[in-house]
Amino acid sequence: MGNLFKIAVRNLLRYKRRTLLTASLITIGVIFVLLFVAISGSFKNMMIGQITDSMLGQIQIHKKGYVASKENLPLNLNLQAKALMKLEKGLAQPEIEAYSPRIKFGGLFSNFAETTNIRLNGVYPEKEIKTVPLLTARITQGNKSLERGEIWIPDLLAKGMGVKVGDPVVIVATNQDGSVNGKQFKVSGVLESATGPGGRDGYIHIEDAMETLRMTEVEISEVALKLKDFDQLHPFERKLEGLLSGELNKMGKPIFEVHTWEQLSPFYNIAKMIDVMTFFIKLMLIAIVLISVMNVMIMAVYERIREIGTIAAIGTLPGKILSLFVIEGFSLGILGAVIGSSIGTGLIVILNMVHYRFDFGQQKGLLLFAKIYPQDILMISAIVILVSVIASLQPAYKASRMEPIEALRHV
Amino acid sequence: MGLVEVKEVSKEYRVGEVVVSALQGISLEIDEKAFVSVIGPSGSGKTTLLNLIGCLDKPTQGLIRVAGTDLTTLNRKQAAAFRGRHMGFIFQDFNLLPVLTVYENIEYPLLMVQNVPPVEREKRILDLLEAVGMTEQKDKYPDQISGGQKQRVAVARALVPNPQLVLADEPTANLDSKTAYLIIELMKRMRDQFQTTFIFSTHDQKIVGEAEILYTLVDGKLNGQQAGKGKK
Repeated sequence: MGNLFKIAVRNLLRYKRRTLLTASLITIGVIFVLLFVAISGSFKNMMIGQITDSMLGQIQIHKKGYVASKENLPLNLNLQAKALMKLEKGLAQPEIEAYSPRIKFGGLFSNFAETTNIRLNGVYPEKEIKTVPLLTARITQGNKSLERGEIWIPDLLAKGMGVKVGDPVVIVATNQDGSVNGKQFKVSGVLESATGPGGRDGYIHIEDAMETLRMTEVEISEVALKLKDFDQLHPFERKLEGLLSGELNKMGKPIFEVHTWEQLSPFYNIAKMIDVMTFFIKLMLIAIVLISVMNVMIMAVYERIREIGTIAAIGTLPGKILSLFVIEGFSLGILGAVIGSSIGTGLIVILNMVHYRFDFGQQKGLLLFAKIYPQDILMISAIVILVSVIASLQPAYKASRMEPIEALRHV
Repeated sequence: MGLVEVKEVSKEYRVGEVVVSALQGISLEIDEKAFVSVIGPSGSGKTTLLNLIGCLDKPTQGLIRVAGTDLTTLNRKQAAAFRGRHMGFIFQDFNLLPVLTVYENIEYPLLMVQNVPPVEREKRILDLLEAVGMTEQKDKYPDQISGGQKQRVAVARALVPNPQLVLADEPTANLDSKTAYLIIELMKRMRDQFQTTFIFSTHDQKIVGEAEILYTLVDGKLNGQQAGKGKK
């Protein structure tokens, strides 16, 4: 095998310019794919992180029918205290890092001069911050802690209503029974708006929410979860669904429904689109490698017909002749993959050292941290090498099937 | 029974609609360790006959047996294996592999065809390099040596697998007359040293006589056998 490699490499070096051009083409393809995978993947993961860790949570549990309800933030589909107790028992799982019960409701926000709509989350601040740790990073003004009687409001609302940290505001909400109640709060923080559902919500303490909604005991709209390992999202979702499926109401129907962030955020469609684009970029790489290697190998076979005739005449078996050319294509693939991976990885390191920042929607100055995983490099290299081998199979087969007498006559 | 038996062999080619008869009813027998030349003008069928004996082509009719094996029954793979075990080839254009050194070109059949162990391989190559006088040039590539030297290397490559039969098609056609004579002398010396049968084709009258047996072909027909000057 070593000798086959030696001959293959020497034959590649024999046509240095052609080999260099083909290897460069493969190298450039690998570099672009690596950069695209690293940047798009990092962008995707960053956006997912932003969405799940700054407002949404990775998994949400609601009363069955809540998410599909025709009402926006329906209070009649809250989980009652008894159901919450059952749920909290079910949430004693080692995979869960934190969870946060929320009361979500819509109300009116008044600065005593004008009034507008607001969506609010009543939360236990400590639990919420553990579940969505980037929430406090969104506070651009004010305190990063939320006490009773305080409210965090989104910056668009603060700007529009001319409200500053420390100002008194009133929240008016319609209760479950249809009556209206109001409560005064002090603005303790202004939140940067975020992309996605809940990105422009306000936050108050859960006990203030209960008081505003005149709840005698706690009723929860949703419970948001953060897992220790995000990669376990889907296995744990299935596990949780299994655990909670046994909890039935009086009518024998499930009490709870479980949704991952993917089912709750429209960004999931963008994430899927990025995956599709990555797939097509890889397809383009395959096409580049396939065409360039096949072209080189067809040329190589055509130029060496007499040599093929010679080695066939002196007794080289067809399988070995096939191996000679396949190994040549394989070596070309390895060369392109190794150089491309090295340069691509180097460019990713340089890109991260440059600290490139970009804007996305309302979010400004996001740091682009391109990250490539070893398995991505290995997979892309494996694709290149495999396609190189496939591309050289046809010319190699043709070489191995040549009649020595015909090949020796070739001029 | 000779090493090579050719019985009533004919070979026809089809060129478009026209059937060309390259060989017609050839029969001959060549003994082991013979030094044989096939002569005749261009188009007389010399190369065709050598290709048939060399298991590179199949006759339209007739039987060819080499070392007791009927070559007409072998498939592609069996034919390649048979050539690798029993035959060596010397070509008019030398046909050395340009990416391999002199040493590696001679090594090729042992490495890629016969899988000879390294120690034995090295001994056989060094012996042959010395025999053909190319030891000094063993690390050179084919484009760094002369035509005569290339053909010496080709002779060594043909002999290194210890074949029973070496076939040389116009081995001196691309050499000057002095070098051509030296190559024929070398082949003869190799025959003596390695006890190998040599069959070579030529139309060069100056070296024809160096063979021990001469077969003359004219228009695809055998026009007699005669003893050459080189007959022992």
